[in-house]
Amino acid sequence: MKINNHLIVTMGAALMLVSCGQQNQSSNGALSSSAAEKVYVAPGEQDEFYAFLSGGYSGNLTVYGLPSGRMFKEIPVFSQFPTSGYGYSEETKPMLNTSHGFVPWDDLHHPDISQTNGELDGRWIFVNGNNTPRIARVDLSTFETAEIIEVPNSAGNHSSSFITENTEYVVAGTRFAVPVPQRDMSISEYKGNFKGALTFISVAPEDGAMDIKFQLLMPGFNYDLSHPGRGKSHGWFFFTTYNTEEANTLLEVNASQNDKDFIAAINWKKIEEYVNNGGGTTMPANYAHNVYDEHSHTGTTTMKKEVITVDPTEVPGAVYFLPTPKSPHGCDVDPTGQYIIGNGKLSADLTVHSFDKMIAAIEGEKFDGEAYGIPILKFEDVLAGQVKSGGLGPLHTEFDGKGNAYTTFFISSEVVKWKLGTWEVIDRKPTYYSVGHLMIPGGNSRKPFGKYVVAMNKITKDRYLPTGPEMEHSAQIYDISGDKMELIYDFPTHGEPHYAAGCPADLLAPKSQKIYRLDENEHPYAVKTPTDAKVVRDGNEVHIYMSTIRSHFTPDNIEGIKVGDKVYFHITNHEQDFDVPHGFSILGQNTSELLVMPGQTKTSVWEPKQVGVWPFYCTDFCSALHQEMQGYVRVSPANSNLELKWSLGE
Amino acid sequence: MKKASLLMIIGPLFLLGLYVFPLWNIMLGAPQYPDPLGLNIHISGLQGDNEFDIQNIDGLNHYIGMQTLPKPEDMWEFGTFPIIIGIMVAIGVLIGFLGYFGKVSYKWFIGWFALMSIMGVLGMYDFNEWLVDYGTNLDSNAIMKLTNPDGTPMTYKPPLFGHVKMLNFDVTSLPSIGAWLMFIGMMLTLTAGFMGWKNTKKQ
Repeated sequence: MKINNHLIVTMGAALMLVSCGQQNQSSNGALSSSAAEKVYVAPGEQDEFYAFLSGGYSGNLTVYGLPSGRMFKEIPVFSQFPTSGYGYSEETKPMLNTSHGFVPWDDLHHPDISQTNGELDGRWIFVNGNNTPRIARVDLSTFETAEIIEVPNSAGNHSSSFITENTEYVVAGTRFAVPVPQRDMSISEYKGNFKGALTFISVAPEDGAMDIKFQLLMPGFNYDLSHPGRGKSHGWFFFTTYNTEEANTLLEVNASQNDKDFIAAINWKKIEEYVNNGGGTTMPANYAHNVYDEHSHTGTTTMKKEVITVDPTEVPGAVYFLPTPKSPHGCDVDPTGQYIIGNGKLSADLTVHSFDKMIAAIEGEKFDGEAYGIPILKFEDVLAGQVKSGGLGPLHTEFDGKGNAYTTFFISSEVVKWKLGTWEVIDRKPTYYSVGHLMIPGGNSRKPFGKYVVAMNKITKDRYLPTGPEMEHSAQIYDISGDKMELIYDFPTHGEPHYAAGCPADLLAPKSQKIYRLDENEHPYAVKTPTDAKVVRDGNEVHIYMSTIRSHFTPDNIEGIKVGDKVYFHITNHEQDFDVPHGFSILGQNTSELLVMPGQTKTSVWEPKQVGVWPFYCTDFCSALHQEMQGYVRVSPANSNLELKWSLGE
Repeated sequence: MKKASLLMIIGPLFLLGLYVFPLWNIMLGAPQYPDPLGLNIHISGLQGDNEFDIQNIDGLNHYIGMQTLPKPEDMWEFGTFPIIIGIMVAIGVLIGFLGYFGKVSYKWFIGWFALMSIMGVLGMYDFNEWLVDYGTNLDSNAIMKLTNPDGTPMTYKPPLFGHVKMLNFDVTSLPSIGAWLMFIGMMLTLTAGFMGWKNTKKQ
């Protein structure tokens, strides 16, 4: 393989000398055949990495394999998902509760896998809902949403959901500054009055349970993206800002006037200590905390009523501003924790700050004024270097663990590889088109797996067969194991991927759960054996305790239901075999089907409006007799006296 | 004779492995079961190779009208075999000790081996009888009633030993650890008998 690559490179170089115009065409054939080998995962073989791509406006998280680019699953998080009944079933509806009521959609942006000592540990993946601020935790043994917490005093939950290096906190920063607490006031009084809340949500090490520890009420800038310090900078968190002008209208012009905005450096350990010692102000609030129990297979909502807020000026030495040119977007920290990269999206250059220099400047108290009482460090004092890339519109940077960084350029549609410390550009490759985030598995941890980088694009245009005006977004995979990046694959994604997170397959595959144990099912309406199946009337509510196994429902004939009843089908799947779900749907139900995994119980509500005999059936082709897996419910007039009756095989 | 007697003491103890390890193992693989379903036959009952295998084998077999796999209380063998094995181990060890102290001759060693062999063959015969019943005594209302090319009803007796293809399943039936331990133990007692016999000839 090595020799082949050398030959190809040599041939390419020779051809370039002869004729620049033919170089691309001539080497393409050889390159694409080796690229095919690199991404080809033969039938029956499995991928080397998991990749979790955010779904953006789909509200959900998608799971892919690398290097094949094959999609394995869409995990419903913030959006109703009729495929499984998530957000439609009685058990999962509470997961989408907020202080604004039931919100069946969100805009999911930045997945981050839990870490221990700065390395991926694969317990959970955290994602943010941007629109109605929420943070969700997805369990990586069931690949299901386990918990969603609403973030009060926040708006446009964008500089989220990044974790500290031992998953002490998942951090949620507000993009939009808003009145805190919310109140009726003039929009034009924004400046000096709105606040930007940065929320630190603690994660319980034993079960991942989330709880808001404190909210730092920062000046009313826009907090765009963030990443944690790691290694030597563990204990700090860095947020990019824009709109330090505090404009409230026509931001594309008015928020682009300052030559430099800031990276906010937050010493969260200091604030944590301050809060632990009784610091901060307890403020009334109202936000939903939704927890899904894997044994009762049920989500519950608790409305929380207060939150601790911290005024940054009350904790000396906890918050500093690092001037950073041109409305920086991505805020990325290299694997050693030494370099903090501000991707100035209106510029051609990247600004790299030095953690050591920052600490020295803080200790030397070399300040360049202050903003709302927060000290501003001198740009020159904290600057480690600038990458003169020649690209336009840098957005995000990831690392390969070998001393290199990779930055996306939205405007010039490319990924640029450069060297940490010398800031020299090593390579650049086009993307198709207008790339946003990129992802190297573990690329924002102490230990990246620098073999592939995935570039996720905003514009697709001609990459695939056209499908009308609306298309899925495109992504490209590059092999980064050599000096030069090599484009090896191009695949469509689902929704609009923003950030993504990846990890080696062997971190998750061995612990991926196959079934739920029926003997651990604690659902109050579960039936453990078919003989327990029954139908119970309580006023106009009817509860059907139903079990399924290949290939029948128990019971499958039900009479005594009346128009006006509210009928709850509680379906328990009695299979204990891997990959044998059963589905349930009934004619005229005003909701989605249910897809019930082995050992699980799910509930669908049906309010029959017409007299008749109505069929229900299994929606998942479960077995050879799947087509026979069906039944009837007789619906009588509202004034009928027919007794409830249920049976199977009579 | 002392060495032979020591072997006669140790040999029967290998049979105690039957209380822990399965005697026989039947694996059922199919395209949709890349991790095969498995049945471990212990002297005291059947166990799935994985926790839910028995339930899943029963679930599949109901389509072709097979009976569910027997629970320990459904077959007298699962109550009796552990007792017989226990008695045989005790007798064997006792014979070994008596041999060690010169109270009995090597013929007793061979006698134990012969008795154990006869019981083993009877056990295999009984096991095969059950396999025949399990594979051929089908529900007349079975969902799928399949026939052989010659028109006779298809039956599903798993092999006593070896591999057969049954519909979509590859069925492999082989002795398991318990049987191999029993085999080793019985060979030790046979060796003990042989050594005792040679010893006698020398004198």
